[in-house]
Amino acid sequence: MTYLDHAATTPMIPEAVAAMTEQLARVGNASSLHASGREARRTAEQSRERLAEALGARPSEVLFTGGGTESDNLAVKGLFWARRDADPRRTRVVVSPAEHHAVLDSVEWLVEHDGAQVTWVDVAPTGEVTADALAAALGDGTDVAVASVMWANNEVGAVSDLAGLARVAHAVGVPLHTDAVQAVGQVPVDFAASGVDALTMTGHKLGGPMGAGLLVLRRDAECTPLLHGGGQERDVRSGTLDVAAIVGLAVATVASTTNRVERAARVAALRDRLVAGVVELVPDVQLNGPPLDAVVAGGPGRLPGNAHLSFPGAEGDALLMLLDANGIECSTGSACSAGVARPSHVLLATGADPDRARSSLRFSLGHTSTDADVDAVLAVVGPVVERARRAGLGRRSA
Amino acid sequence: MRVIAAMSGGVDSAVAAALAVEAGHDVTGVHLALSQHRQQMRSGSRGCCSVEDADDARRVAGELGIPFYVWDMAERFAEDVVDDFVAEYAAGRTPNPCLRCNEKIKFAAVLDRAVALGFDAVVTGHHARLADGQLRRSVDAAKDQSYVLGVLTAQQLAGTVLPLGSMTKERVREIAAERGYAVATKPDSHDICFIPDGDTRGFLDRRLGTAPGPVVDAATGATVGEHQGTHGFTVGQRKGLGITVGDQRPRYVLGIEPVTRTVTVGTAEQTGVDEVLTGAPTWTGPVPALPFDAVVQLRAHGAAVPCTVSARDGGLAVALHEVQRGVAPGQSAVLYEPDAERGDRVLGQAAVVRAGERHPAR
Repeated sequence: MTYLDHAATTPMIPEAVAAMTEQLARVGNASSLHASGREARRTAEQSRERLAEALGARPSEVLFTGGGTESDNLAVKGLFWARRDADPRRTRVVVSPAEHHAVLDSVEWLVEHDGAQVTWVDVAPTGEVTADALAAALGDGTDVAVASVMWANNEVGAVSDLAGLARVAHAVGVPLHTDAVQAVGQVPVDFAASGVDALTMTGHKLGGPMGAGLLVLRRDAECTPLLHGGGQERDVRSGTLDVAAIVGLAVATVASTTNRVERAARVAALRDRLVAGVVELVPDVQLNGPPLDAVVAGGPGRLPGNAHLSFPGAEGDALLMLLDANGIECSTGSACSAGVARPSHVLLATGADPDRARSSLRFSLGHTSTDADVDAVLAVVGPVVERARRAGLGRRSA
Repeated sequence: MRVIAAMSGGVDSAVAAALAVEAGHDVTGVHLALSQHRQQMRSGSRGCCSVEDADDARRVAGELGIPFYVWDMAERFAEDVVDDFVAEYAAGRTPNPCLRCNEKIKFAAVLDRAVALGFDAVVTGHHARLADGQLRRSVDAAKDQSYVLGVLTAQQLAGTVLPLGSMTKERVREIAAERGYAVATKPDSHDICFIPDGDTRGFLDRRLGTAPGPVVDAATGATVGEHQGTHGFTVGQRKGLGITVGDQRPRYVLGIEPVTRTVTVGTAEQTGVDEVLTGAPTWTGPVPALPFDAVVQLRAHGAAVPCTVSARDGGLAVALHEVQRGVAPGQSAVLYEPDAERGDRVLGQAAVVRAGERHPAR
């Protein structure tokens, strides 16, 4: 099996499995007052401190959640509610149309159910958001409750300069949230240095468990909770702490940020060989997103494992199926309702035409990827594309 | 063979896929997303291709250990089936959308795509027998679906596998239950999948708008009522006419004239016809020498009527040996060669253009 869908989820690293497994055998609610509870609390807090250090945040800024989707919902809705409550003029949300659905659908919900308006930030043709574009969308900021721009795009891999974006947002007094689910462990992410007010990350994209994530939230940021109950996490998030998952999350995050530079270089080299090989075999293939060697704010301008390609005249769906039949696992973008593939909203946001969006495929390499994986793709991609092109784009006009 | 199993999420296609796997084929499950506005949950026995149906299909594919994908055919379905359905009603005809879907989607768009992607055939859970290129009625007369497959050509049939034709629906459910599939007890779907509330007239009203016109009694020429659109009627229909006539005898729709928006009604006797004229036929095999004797079925679940088929004006003239009532233009006249032993064989079909006057002499 050739697994090239690490952006969807990546295998847990053995150290995280071991640390988590050890915890699963233990009893103790981190909110209990007895010895077992205290031990669970100590373990959770130790993990919080390690996570804070890895992310350039203070421990008190690290809030445990159930994953990226929850963190995005909490940040977008919670910051919106708190900021609007403080000043009812603030009803506008400024967001990029290339965001993950966890952000987009939260914004859409606020528009439909809570009187919010949305201003879309222009996305560059290569997928990133520039400071100028954000500034234009913010205006004077007086009626803006919150802005949200992802650190790295999950589909085309474009990295934005969050420090630059935060400066622009703060210049007009608007808090900035960033979905950094794809960025942590792949590119340098330092919460304090970036200046952002809230940051989403999750465990299963970097070798940790599923169902464990963080919202890193500045101490001075007001955020109205989504979940009500025990108030475990700074009264912003309730729910019994999943200590085992938290330990796995911390171990994986520390590992992925510690060995990031050499791993990123290795993965990027594999990715570059993959893209070059595909270009040789399918000369009219189009690379979506930033150039492979793009640089943003002194770091990679494109996620090191990301290769997002369009194969004109072939449907992404058909390519995926044929590759799957050859033991190669990749993605057409983000999975949609019941597996129905739609043209990538990210590509459409970058101004790509719908046919290019429909004919796209995402290979995402990760920490277990090898030269053999790249060879496996190159061995079949030519005939697969030819075969998919015979099936066309599945529409009468094609 | 490498085959695509079209899996709706129902029990028939689940068992068809299972039997294809057990027959040794290399099977890939495909659920067709046909609706542009997919419902999350299935409601009752109506509708199909909700997300829940896709999940049911995926669940069975998972148990079978076969790859499973959803193919988005919503755009093609909207154009070739739904728009055609509306246009047919607008023209005063009564279409069969299941037949159209088989003709244009399942055994055309899907089969073409499957072949292009390197597959040999499409497997479906239709109740009909198919062997040696010969399409025959199912052994389960009540569940027989050969009528809606009658439009398939020899080439389409060559790329089709129908594993269920030689077993009853009851047996299909048993097989599903033996294998532990939750869909074993799932209700049969009926009605029109893209009209989940079952209100065809309401659906057509929304698509075509209302356009009032007279309901005229054929015997007297008198206007006996008013209707809100000819698309609300089917030849042979008795209920919902909204008319008052002097005598107490029931009236039936005899004809629909969309240009003048006139619906003509008459008595039961007046609905009888003994000749049906059709458009161009399609054949499941070599074109038969005309004229020939056969039996014809004029609607889904309709009776099989002995007939003589001859050529006329580029279509067929089907002389019925028994008078039939309520033959609606737009329906298919599916022709069968009777075969009590192996099942009546489907010869071909043609769309009913006009039902001839009753000939009292015959």
